[in-house]
Amino acid sequence: MDTVKQLSARLAAGDVSAVELAQDYLAKIQAANPALNAFVELNEAQTLSEARAADALRAEGRAGPLTGVPIAHKDIFCQTGWHARCGSKMLENFAAPYDAGLIERARAAGLVTLGRTNMDEFAMGSTNESSYYGVVHNPWQLDAVPGGSSGGSAAAVAAGIAPAASGTDTGGSIRQPAAFCGITGIKPTYGIVSRWGMIAYASSLDQGGPMAHTAEDCALLLNAFAGFDTRDATSLERAPEDYTRALDAPLAGLRIGVPKEFFGEGMSDDVRAAVDAALATFRTLGARTVEVSLPRSGYAVPAYYVIAPAEASSNLNRFDGVRYGYRAPEYRDLNDMYAKTRAQGFGEEVKRRILIGTYVLSHGYYDAYYLQAQRVRRLIADDYQVAFRDCDLILGPTTPTVAYGIGDKADDPLSMYLGDIYTTSVNLAGLPGMSIPCGFGAGGLPVGLQIVGNYFDEARMLGAAHRFQQATDWHLRTPPR
Amino acid sequence: MSRANWEVVIGLETHSQLNTTSKIFSGSPTAFGAAPNVQASAVDLALPGVLPVMNRAAVERAIRFGLAVGGEVAQRSVFARKNYFYPDLPKGYQISQYELPVVQGGALTIRVGDGDKAYEKVVRLTRAHLEEDAGKSLHEDFHGMSGIDLNRAGTPLLEIVSEPDMTSSAEAVAYARALHALVRWVDICDGNMQEGSFRCDANVSVRRPGEPLGTRREIKNLNSFRFMQQAIDFEIQWQIEQIEDGHKIQQATVLFDPDTGETRAMRSKEDAHDYRYFPDPDLPPLVIAADWIARVRSEMPELPVALSARLQADYGLSPYDAAGLTASREMAQYYLDALAVVGAAQAKPLANWVMGELAARLNREERDIAQSPVTPSQLAGLVARIADGTISNNIAKKVFEALWSGEGQTADAVIEAQGLKQVTDVSAIEPIIDEVLAANPKSVEEYRAGKDKAFNALVGQVMKASKGKASPAQVNELLKKKLQA
Repeated sequence: MDTVKQLSARLAAGDVSAVELAQDYLAKIQAANPALNAFVELNEAQTLSEARAADALRAEGRAGPLTGVPIAHKDIFCQTGWHARCGSKMLENFAAPYDAGLIERARAAGLVTLGRTNMDEFAMGSTNESSYYGVVHNPWQLDAVPGGSSGGSAAAVAAGIAPAASGTDTGGSIRQPAAFCGITGIKPTYGIVSRWGMIAYASSLDQGGPMAHTAEDCALLLNAFAGFDTRDATSLERAPEDYTRALDAPLAGLRIGVPKEFFGEGMSDDVRAAVDAALATFRTLGARTVEVSLPRSGYAVPAYYVIAPAEASSNLNRFDGVRYGYRAPEYRDLNDMYAKTRAQGFGEEVKRRILIGTYVLSHGYYDAYYLQAQRVRRLIADDYQVAFRDCDLILGPTTPTVAYGIGDKADDPLSMYLGDIYTTSVNLAGLPGMSIPCGFGAGGLPVGLQIVGNYFDEARMLGAAHRFQQATDWHLRTPPR
Repeated sequence: MSRANWEVVIGLETHSQLNTTSKIFSGSPTAFGAAPNVQASAVDLALPGVLPVMNRAAVERAIRFGLAVGGEVAQRSVFARKNYFYPDLPKGYQISQYELPVVQGGALTIRVGDGDKAYEKVVRLTRAHLEEDAGKSLHEDFHGMSGIDLNRAGTPLLEIVSEPDMTSSAEAVAYARALHALVRWVDICDGNMQEGSFRCDANVSVRRPGEPLGTRREIKNLNSFRFMQQAIDFEIQWQIEQIEDGHKIQQATVLFDPDTGETRAMRSKEDAHDYRYFPDPDLPPLVIAADWIARVRSEMPELPVALSARLQADYGLSPYDAAGLTASREMAQYYLDALAVVGAAQAKPLANWVMGELAARLNREERDIAQSPVTPSQLAGLVARIADGTISNNIAKKVFEALWSGEGQTADAVIEAQGLKQVTDVSAIEPIIDEVLAANPKSVEEYRAGKDKAFNALVGQVMKASKGKASPAQVNELLKKKLQA
């Protein structure tokens, strides 16, 4: 297993070229991907051309810390030279003529695209089972789900067939698969990473971010991904910052808030044990833990499953078979074309959320559902601000259980949605959140520790995670071959 | 059946295309008439992952409109999505404003009718909001298929909604004309109705006096004032007949067919869409700072209402003249430019010339006043020569024609070249009068018998004999003297 940091050093030292590194990883992907289905598109020529460009930059002395480091991109980011299928039949033939903001920045940093990773259809799902391109298998246990929606990215990193990956997180889609696969992932403050070219699921919640083995790698990658983008009106115009700056900050005096609501019913014993042990480690490192309360966190999942589908139902209107993407082969008239195209082009989970979203925005229901959910959303954000008066970071479990079996929750969407109880409130509040490996639970599957910071406090979160990872080796464990 | 027993209630919704160079949420150009889809970017096509970004210039035009109608420019307004499926609506929703529009309230003073029956009326505005236009579906030229042109998709619109304050088609048209003039006056819309830059929907209902409001029907997409008048008149008549025949009016959207002069229902309330409006999460609320509004205010031109009042107060023009001259900014500018040359004393005759001869000639040739071949200073020179008695009004028309067709640089040059100077020398006119009297003994006899008409005939003969160069006033005077002698 190699970290981004290590690869960066080897590239800088001339021990390996970007082309060699790319070839090495492509070979690993060839070997492992059939069992994992983490990648949905590979394009060796494209990858090697990017790698050659990176080597050329280095030869010219213009290499940055990430130049030549391979990365896998979630299939949700538009990227010239690649398809952007977003896990859907609807976009099977779609290739964007533009780069997403995150892709542009990755390119500018010299990162080399290994391929495009599998995901839940339109990022809707927590298991990667809703992908039109097949389920992804958890490298730790092939019959377990990798989590979702960035399941392909998480599985690829965990399996060591990509040192890092991009992901997106709307209700936990970076953190939850990171937890299930035993890797590190961060969802930044809403507005830090451009949403331009990132196919929208729920616009007010979606945020891109890095997934890798270590917090340090995530910090390096976030340096590349973050930045103001005039093409995204929700992008925040702030001075660039170095997310690695606090990696070595000592933890002495750090106040860690532990929300009592996150340790109640629904949390499995193995997760509780691992998280408790992690908190003890933080105390050993000099941090102080204080109990805090997020009294309205119980409403996060219901509010999320109103707001996200509402936005999604509108965002997905554009997939109508008129201009691009899938169109039903036979239809009687315009309305029949719309109905058949969307019935055939979307999968069950996407259709379910479109229906929910359409319902909650409908005349007569809007106030009771959408508006009410928005009020709850504000209260949840307020709760966090109250909690942050007493602490610097909030720690708890990323998920109530470790990864479950493929198919276990396929017929029970509600129980799948409830797996998001610790993550959705972070998106609703627009806060940064991350997940780091903190142990193993049932079946030897990884447990994730969630770290939530206040707005723009990514550097502090990454620092705390890094110190933890200096003292533990959960993040260095690799799945059995 | 009689209109007299009915009250008519009309409110107008007007889509005014804002004259920005680029679209409201993308950088694509807005120019009219380009080949299909060449002005549609990834954003306009609603490709996956693209996002809207607000065009400042469109907001600035909305502010200008709000100030022009005395409305409140909202410091915070919100963009909402109006969801529906149509092939020329690429995103499957239109970005518009719903609960919090950029302009609230305001009013427009309109002048209805001509002559003695003319009256002024204040029409209140409900709101004006920013939104994007859809593309166009082309149903011709594609056998069994429809073509989609997305050049227009994303063109900025200001939808201006009036209160139901109008009570006749004449008032509705007067309002639409005043609004049309105003959006051009403050330079936010080119007002080109053929190209669809200014189009109106009219909500029409009727009721018996004292009754609550009747059910309205909305006539969509009226793109000429004449059609608006016809459509509303037809609709009023139709609704009255329906009710008098014992039918109820069903809420509906109707289209006007200029070929038949009739309106016909497009869809009823039952098939009305549930647009599922909600705030667009891609666009933060539109916040307009007070200093932005202040800057726009400082750059506003004098508004037609203010100019009209000034023309009446400073130059003694009638409300009719003042309204006519302020019908468009170009007309007003033309008048003011000419007035500066000829002087305030000639304000009234100049107004008559601008709105009379000049307007009629421009109208006949379908030209804008800005493209008038007769310049303001040329017309001013002409009016000055009437004022000082050099030429009569009749001769002035000849001079005007000559200036129009470029036969001279100034009125003086035309008068000189064509020998049109008015003859005021008594010794030159007297022989002509004598000749005419001698040649028309019958008229002389009739005049003496008390027939005034005969006198006019004699004046006419003298003017004709002088080739129009005699002064009509002088001819009158001399002729009277001779006849009474």
